[in-house]
Amino acid sequence: MDKLLQVQNGEAVSRRDIPDLPFRDFQKVVLSKTDHSGFPVQFFAYENEEKELKLITVIRSGTHLYTAGCSLPEEFPSLTAKCEKFHMFEREIAEQFGARPKDHPWLKMVRYHANYRGKEDVFGNDYRVDIPGNYPYFSVDGHSIHEVAVGPVHAGIIEPGHFRFQCAGEKVFSLEIQLGYQHRGVEKLLEQAGQPLNRLPVICESIAGDTAIGHSLCHSQAIEALAGLEVDKGSKIIRSVALELERLANHIGDLGALSGDVAFNPPLNYFGRIRGEFLNLSLTMAGNRFGKGLVRPGGISFPVGEEQRQIMINKVIDETQGIDHVCDLLFSAHTVLARFENTGTVPRELAEKIGLVGYSGRASGLSYDARVAFPTELFGEMEANRNNRTVGDVCSRATVRREEIMHSLDAIPKLLSKNIDAEPLPVPASHTLAADSFVVTINEAWRGELSHCLLTNKEGAILRYKVKDPSFHNWTGLSMSLRNQGISDFPLCNKSFNLSYCGFDL
Amino acid sequence: MLKVIQNRREQGYRTTKYPKEPINLYSRYRGLPTVHQDCDKELARSCADACPQEAIDADKMVIDIGRCTFCGQCEIQSEGRFITFSNNFELAAASREALFTSGSLPALAEHSKQHFKKLFGRSLQLRQISAAGCNSCEADTNVLGTPFFDLQRFGIDFVASPRHADGIHVTGPISNNMRAAVLSTYEAVPAPKVVIASGCCSISGGPFRGSRDIVGDLNSLIPVDLYIPGCPPHPMTTLHALLQYFK
Repeated sequence: MDKLLQVQNGEAVSRRDIPDLPFRDFQKVVLSKTDHSGFPVQFFAYENEEKELKLITVIRSGTHLYTAGCSLPEEFPSLTAKCEKFHMFEREIAEQFGARPKDHPWLKMVRYHANYRGKEDVFGNDYRVDIPGNYPYFSVDGHSIHEVAVGPVHAGIIEPGHFRFQCAGEKVFSLEIQLGYQHRGVEKLLEQAGQPLNRLPVICESIAGDTAIGHSLCHSQAIEALAGLEVDKGSKIIRSVALELERLANHIGDLGALSGDVAFNPPLNYFGRIRGEFLNLSLTMAGNRFGKGLVRPGGISFPVGEEQRQIMINKVIDETQGIDHVCDLLFSAHTVLARFENTGTVPRELAEKIGLVGYSGRASGLSYDARVAFPTELFGEMEANRNNRTVGDVCSRATVRREEIMHSLDAIPKLLSKNIDAEPLPVPASHTLAADSFVVTINEAWRGELSHCLLTNKEGAILRYKVKDPSFHNWTGLSMSLRNQGISDFPLCNKSFNLSYCGFDL
Repeated sequence: MLKVIQNRREQGYRTTKYPKEPINLYSRYRGLPTVHQDCDKELARSCADACPQEAIDADKMVIDIGRCTFCGQCEIQSEGRFITFSNNFELAAASREALFTSGSLPALAEHSKQHFKKLFGRSLQLRQISAAGCNSCEADTNVLGTPFFDLQRFGIDFVASPRHADGIHVTGPISNNMRAAVLSTYEAVPAPKVVIASGCCSISGGPFRGSRDIVGDLNSLIPVDLYIPGCPPHPMTTLHALLQYFK
């Protein structure tokens, strides 16, 4: 692959070293790299210093990362028609920069906002009109076909989004998911000229609050690469522990919620309480239940002492047996398994086609785990996890989470038994970013592959800040899982994915 | 069945006795800040300049906890000489002005609207609206329904329909794309109704302040009765606020 530049996760390279290909060559090489085991990690547009529209991609293939760029014409032949993995990326490019992918099979807006360049809107929208604007939802006609519309405000304490089901009786033909309600302009805010860099971690921690550690890790690693900062080993250990605690709290809460969705209440209540214990461990380290404030470029804000170490190790050991027992209760109840098994199946072939990541991908037999493929922090020293049920149904997604819970419970005390002495970071921080550079960071956040990608300009200011949450890939998986399912299985399927609205909407 | 009983025995009763017995949060928790008035002005100014949220006024020596994300950087920078964060989770207030504080807040119970206590003191049903909230406010509100907090024992609950609700509890900086949904949910709640702004996003835009894609301040859309600061508010902050304001 001489036309692509191989890069490392979290390594800054000069923008000049990234091949700038003719558009046709770019598409050809990207397609050949992503037809089988290759997947786009990033695929986004930006305006360079001369206000030319450029396109850049990061592709993963096995344990390698490749990048290349090109100039982006105002109208271009869509890749999606040939490879579905690009469908959301191309829609995003059309929305953010007003460039039109021709022959895109389903060109609709992603988050519903005006494009950044003040160009004519690709979707013909007037953004003074409320979402979804000038968009007729996909519909199915025919005898006894009916439509169910849900949201944006849902019946519960949950983020907003709109779901539209086309059904015949109980059976769902098609689920269309319209997001964008949570759009806060995160990328534009991160790129804002002249603001101090220490505002950025605070924004990143709230891109998706349930993934505060994941996003702040991706951000910090990117700044560390661009500013040439070294992170001591103690800080790396604590950052790894923080990411695993985030995974634990979310998986445990979700297993409880899945149990509640099939009306089996004991695990719902036990896991609800136990989830809180792990949030409290994040508070023990960071002073905040979601770990906000802990991870900053260069290391961690609050070094962990002997007292905190003991509290954490003891709590993990104390809870492990109880968690194991509640898992056993959940996964051996016939009434539960009858609902979990063969519900909401996304077969491997389909999962690969749409590029599912994280536990949703692993449950469908795609073993990719960024902790193994592109290890950061201390993950290279950690044992890899194994998954046993990978047929792509709700039961597989629940089982993978159970396995990840036990894996993290095992890993945390091991990590904490190492030397965790860390230098506290100086406040206020002042970093100088390398000029004219590029960096991509990837971490296995609890939902899967999370990536930030930064480009700096000649002055070392941020030219483009691209965020990609795992939910960006996986929402399509939820739509697919509902095909030919009973509509009453929607809550169960939804919770088995438990995707981020705000992480997608940015 | 046997496993159900075994697990029940193992898990035991876990509900807190709060408010009859106090709860102490772990010492690292960052609650109500104190601004030390005797602090050197130079140091105060440098902390204010470095605050990622621009939440500190070094001239008036106050911090805006409606904007602060409690990241704790000012405490580290000043080594506790300018600002220290206490363990006190009682952060809610009935007015926006009260959130500009140097370390004390008005007693919430006395500043609540007294007819609310009469109307909702024995039963309060709230409709939660996430308006571009990042899911940490939502998650730590949801958690009030788990056995440890058991919010329903106070006659307070979150309901599915605004028609069944006595008020709304809003999280997030209110994206432009959620503005209409917030207003129509508010309108669907029968009067008299309560409006609660939870988390620094709904109070001031929080980390997203200055974005063109958000409203950023719930009070600019509809009048807010109760402010619950934090990023996110600790569940105890919310529980304390609801009990003091309505009970």
